[in-house]
Amino acid sequence: MPPKVNVVSLVSVGRHPQSGRSRRAEQDGRAVELGLKLSKKSLTVVHAGDSQEPVLRQYAGMGLDSLTVLPQAADGDALPVLVEFLKNSKAQVVLTGVRAESGESSGMLPYLLAEQLGWPLVPRVAEILTIKEGAAEVLLALPRGQRRSVIVSLPFIATVDNAAAEARQTAFGPGLRADLKVLNVESVTDDAMATWQISAAKPRPKRLKVVKAKTAADRMKAATAKPVGGGGKVMKNETAAEKAQAIFDLLLEEKVVR
Amino acid sequence: MILDWLPPTLIGVLLVLAGIGAIRRMNLWRAGQAEKVDFLAGLFAMPKRYLHDLHHVVERDKYMSRTHVATGGGFVLAMVLVVFVHLFGVKNEILAWALLAALVLMFCGALFVYKRRMNPPSRLSKGPWMRLPKSLLTFSITFFVLTLPAAGILPEGTGGWILTLVLSVLILMSLSEMLFGMTWGGPMKHAFAGALHLAFHRRPERFGGGRSTGLKPAALGEASHGVAKPTDFKWNQLLGFDACVQCGRCEAVCPAFAAGQPLNPKKLIQDMVVGFAGGTDKKYAGSAYPGVEVGNAKGAPDQIITNGLISSDTLWSCTTCRACVEECPMMIEHVDAIVDMRRFLTLEKGETPNKGAQVLENIIATDNPNGYSPASRTHWAADQNLNLMKDVKQADVLFWVSDGAFDMRSQRILRAFVKLMKAANIDVAILGDEELDSGDVARRLGDDAAFQSLAKRNLATLSKYSFKTIVTTDPHAFHCLKNEYGDFGSDALKGVEVLHHTTFLNRLVKEERLQLDTFKGGKVTYHDPCYLGRYNGEYEAPRELLASLGIDVAEMERSGYRSRCCGGGGGAPITDIPGERRIADMRMEDVVSTGAEMVAVGCQQCTAMLEGVVEPRPVVKDIAEILVSQLAEEVNS
Repeated sequence: MPPKVNVVSLVSVGRHPQSGRSRRAEQDGRAVELGLKLSKKSLTVVHAGDSQEPVLRQYAGMGLDSLTVLPQAADGDALPVLVEFLKNSKAQVVLTGVRAESGESSGMLPYLLAEQLGWPLVPRVAEILTIKEGAAEVLLALPRGQRRSVIVSLPFIATVDNAAAEARQTAFGPGLRADLKVLNVESVTDDAMATWQISAAKPRPKRLKVVKAKTAADRMKAATAKPVGGGGKVMKNETAAEKAQAIFDLLLEEKVVR
Repeated sequence: MILDWLPPTLIGVLLVLAGIGAIRRMNLWRAGQAEKVDFLAGLFAMPKRYLHDLHHVVERDKYMSRTHVATGGGFVLAMVLVVFVHLFGVKNEILAWALLAALVLMFCGALFVYKRRMNPPSRLSKGPWMRLPKSLLTFSITFFVLTLPAAGILPEGTGGWILTLVLSVLILMSLSEMLFGMTWGGPMKHAFAGALHLAFHRRPERFGGGRSTGLKPAALGEASHGVAKPTDFKWNQLLGFDACVQCGRCEAVCPAFAAGQPLNPKKLIQDMVVGFAGGTDKKYAGSAYPGVEVGNAKGAPDQIITNGLISSDTLWSCTTCRACVEECPMMIEHVDAIVDMRRFLTLEKGETPNKGAQVLENIIATDNPNGYSPASRTHWAADQNLNLMKDVKQADVLFWVSDGAFDMRSQRILRAFVKLMKAANIDVAILGDEELDSGDVARRLGDDAAFQSLAKRNLATLSKYSFKTIVTTDPHAFHCLKNEYGDFGSDALKGVEVLHHTTFLNRLVKEERLQLDTFKGGKVTYHDPCYLGRYNGEYEAPRELLASLGIDVAEMERSGYRSRCCGGGGGAPITDIPGERRIADMRMEDVVSTGAEMVAVGCQQCTAMLEGVVEPRPVVKDIAEILVSQLAEEVNS
């Protein structure tokens, strides 16, 4: 890695699936880990939310000297403050989890950030291989352990997939002593959220898998594979209209549009 | 006589040099952290601690205890008299005769030391220790001859200046070892450091038959946690390391050493000495850490221990079974030191190996090591009709279920114990989902922050209810509740009796509240769990329970306070440091060698470890399970 790539990892407060207790979010932890691997010195870890949240110490315990907090009330909107912060920073790579474990958990934040900043978004990154001459070679995580290598110009936003390296152990002492830089920003109320009714999520019904496998190897594959849409195809040489038609047909088939 | 001044001068000079060495050595210990010690009381108690407590441990090896009494006692007496007779020149025949007697005693002892060193067992350190018997013999013979004129046996001036010269050379040789070596780092250092170590021991409760096994709480929120450098130890811990005689009894009982994992308690203590005194381990002449070559370790008082002195794998190999501490004639606290250093690795470096990080994360997020839903803690008892403390608020007995609640094998033990309690009509309640992990694993893995958090929250829960007795089937939770929760300033366990289920059941049987049939199975042996036996001194209740079923326990060679660990303690199965063998396999070999068809256990962790040994092997059963199968069915009248 060349020196001086300014990396910003965005972290949120996770939620343990069994206990429902606050924790270091799985993917956000990986985003910090990836950031530490890229450049420990020029990594900024940013949280928009409550500066008193103890979970922030768990992120800091990964060996961060400091952690930047953009204080927001519980009903605040993280997006505008983050856009403002990133615009004024020299960030070249922004890493986030794919989606938060608590709150809206829509997975939209990186997309909205990319839209408002006008940066490219690289979804589900497994690894960032090299960064040189204003471009990064990035490995995207695909199902069944497949990887796709893409080259993206700086600055960009990347969401970090579960396939990325696991977050390192958090240590109590360094976490306790890390400096929390609480910036002076205005808390922006999320007006849309105020009108929502929030209810507990139920597990989504799963599509039944009909196992047609004849051999043990096939069954193993069926049992271990991530569910993928069966009839996918790569369209490269078709016209834009043909590609759009294919997407439209798929949406009809999946009953997303009726 | 021209050379008459020579022997007294030599004695004087060497005494002064020894004094200088003593001050130098003390300054090395003083580099450690402050620790409050009652100096006067300690010094006054020292002779008794030596003669009673230390001797009690040495006496497990009769040959050595007698040899040591003769040699050590003879030497101390002789040295005092030498000062009077030869340094101050007190002319008194009685003193001289007493000196001769002391020297003869010492000579006899030294002969046995010499004999043992002819073909020494592998646990003994060689090197300078091999020359010690010769120095002892030289000392006793030299001063014997030197004293003969003073006792009036030989006329003054016998042998002329030649004899005086020869004796002077011998005095120089033997006193260099016995006085100079004592404070400048020779084998005799054990006498000087050992005496002070006994006086200023960090756990004075251990003397006079007492027991002190709970770990000391780590101070949280300081600039660093745990022991990183030798100077982070308390000063009296450093002194304790210096007291080591390198007898290797710890090495002989260490399960990790036997399993070929890179740990040898004796080498560890010697490495600590290298650490605070500075230097390398090149001069170490005992067994190495299995698989690690001697001579490459370097240490200094302010150097991070795991950077070049010892590998962290050595620290993580320990099962905290306390066999080394139990066996150490110098009462050195190996386990305290290991956990102190683990605290640094976990709390400061975040380097708990293998599954350690995940287990600690689970404990923090779900209050159990496997990350199960806290709301499923009481599922095991769905059909047990047990009272919850939340509902009844008070009960005679609080059953501390422990994390065995999540494990299907352990649940069989829990159910068996509940059935026994019901048979005896005990007023019992459980905490249900309010109970949290005891913190045992977190603490032994070095995460004292997680342990203290669990301990305080558990104590807060306990303080809401009233009960007279707390019983658990898990010796690890038992140890935490009984010996470690007391450090957190809560009254929740004040006046409460904390019991292991075997102790509790033994009382019920003695009070005839349980009707049991005679056991008619085959031969049975009993495995003492470390945290029940060595940590809490309960060796009898399990055996009495088995005897009450008519079982004549076929004891293993290593049983009671010498029981060999199952390999399941101290987070060892989680950190899983590779060795050549598995500790549980070795323990099962012990079981098999008794010819037993069943091994009785009093710990779910031991059950899991021993049942993990491949079949065919004897059946593993908790004592509660054995009792429940012999519970006499009530006759309907």
